[in-house]
Amino acid sequence: MRYYRPVTTVEAVAALASEPQTSRILVGGTDLLVALRHKAVQPKLVVDIKGVQDLSAPITVDDEGITFGPTATMSDVVAHPVVREWFPALVEAAVVVGSVAIRNRASLIANSANGSPAADTSPPLVALSASVTIASVSGERTVPLREFFLASRSTLCGPGEMVISMRVPRPAPGSSSAFERMTRRRGVDLATCSVGAVVDGNGAMTVGLGAVGPTTLQGGPVAPVDLSSQDEMQRAIEALVATATPIADVRAGKPYRTAMIRVLTRRALLRAAGRRNDRGALPDVLGGSSSSTIQADPTIGRRSS
Amino acid sequence: MTASDVQSPDDIGSDQVNVTCTVNGKPAAFSVPPHRTLMDALRYQLGLTGTKTCCAEGECGACTVIIDGAGVNSCLMLAAEAEGRDIVTIEGLGAEKPRGICDLQESFLEAGAVQCGFCIPGQVMAAEYLLRTNPDPSVEEIREGMSGNLCRCAGYQRIVAAVQMTAQKRAIP
Repeated sequence: MRYYRPVTTVEAVAALASEPQTSRILVGGTDLLVALRHKAVQPKLVVDIKGVQDLSAPITVDDEGITFGPTATMSDVVAHPVVREWFPALVEAAVVVGSVAIRNRASLIANSANGSPAADTSPPLVALSASVTIASVSGERTVPLREFFLASRSTLCGPGEMVISMRVPRPAPGSSSAFERMTRRRGVDLATCSVGAVVDGNGAMTVGLGAVGPTTLQGGPVAPVDLSSQDEMQRAIEALVATATPIADVRAGKPYRTAMIRVLTRRALLRAAGRRNDRGALPDVLGGSSSSTIQADPTIGRRSS
Repeated sequence: MTASDVQSPDDIGSDQVNVTCTVNGKPAAFSVPPHRTLMDALRYQLGLTGTKTCCAEGECGACTVIIDGAGVNSCLMLAAEAEGRDIVTIEGLGAEKPRGICDLQESFLEAGAVQCGFCIPGQVMAAEYLLRTNPDPSVEEIREGMSGNLCRCAGYQRIVAAVQMTAQKRAIP
């Protein structure tokens, strides 16, 4: 295995193109190092992109949305005041990834780019209409995140390519979002199933579903319903989870997942809907408005100088 | 080594990486194969065996160190990634103190938080990072901040107490 730390995106994609099947991108390393240890992957070349000077900055806010660079860590996401206000579902997902030491390293973009159907941040990002830009020696292209996932661990970012940024559009006025996850134990565990829900100002509902199919799935949008009507909610939830095809694995059986994805969807929808007039009111455990619990480190995971 | 492992002049990247960084306030330089973790480099290249190897896959926190101010698992980082970084290990916390241990470590002893002791360097590093970023944590915040550090003796109550005790000590000017 060789180690390479390019300083430009051109150098990075050229290196990946030189070993398309046998190279791996290294950002946070929280998945790659485990895979290397277990010899689940045995790359000939590891391309550490943290030194690339022309990458998108970790988090850039403009009037229309937020652009994340590959070096944005989960801790960066959790601590950022505008991310917290605009995308509470994303913050709720990022803050349950691993432990704080893992969140200080783990890359938001890589969480999706790995293509795990159980990735915590992919369901809210799909529901929030995120898109990703993929670079290779032949140029760049931008695709919606919901189309990015092809199968478990397989995405549109093919051999020799690299996701260079992720864009999440500013939520429409009056909309909000929430994330619900079920795990066997509270911390440092993978999702049994998870839901990121967005409820628009007019009540239209969209969800991203995690760990109930070969990829992160999108459900909806479905038309507004009376949230207080059990029947209407039940019909909306059935429509939203229609794409789910849960399997049995070490974390849960198929009937349990089938039932629980509906429970989590209901909870996420109701919390997102209730949050629409109370922007930024994340629970205290996420740092509250004072944001003292979890602070992003200003340097780690970003460009090295 | 098979023939395909031999590096050609056309290969991108290197199969031996020279690293210069700062460890516990002092400059350090070492040469590592690319697959070596920072945890192994600290232990075997620099002899800093206070950083413990346990699960070696980010589950247990025994290898926690502070890099550029952030608590991280040194088992989930290649030594090559340490280039230019500022690393603090357990050996660096109390080096200047009379007994060789810092106030946080004193609190761990006072609270009876050290049982078999194996997880303690990682627990202390995680607690040090927590207190640097949140000097007055609630019990819930301590439990969350320390949730990546496992203790098989299950000394969690006293570990939490040691962190609280340190926060109180440090609050007095």
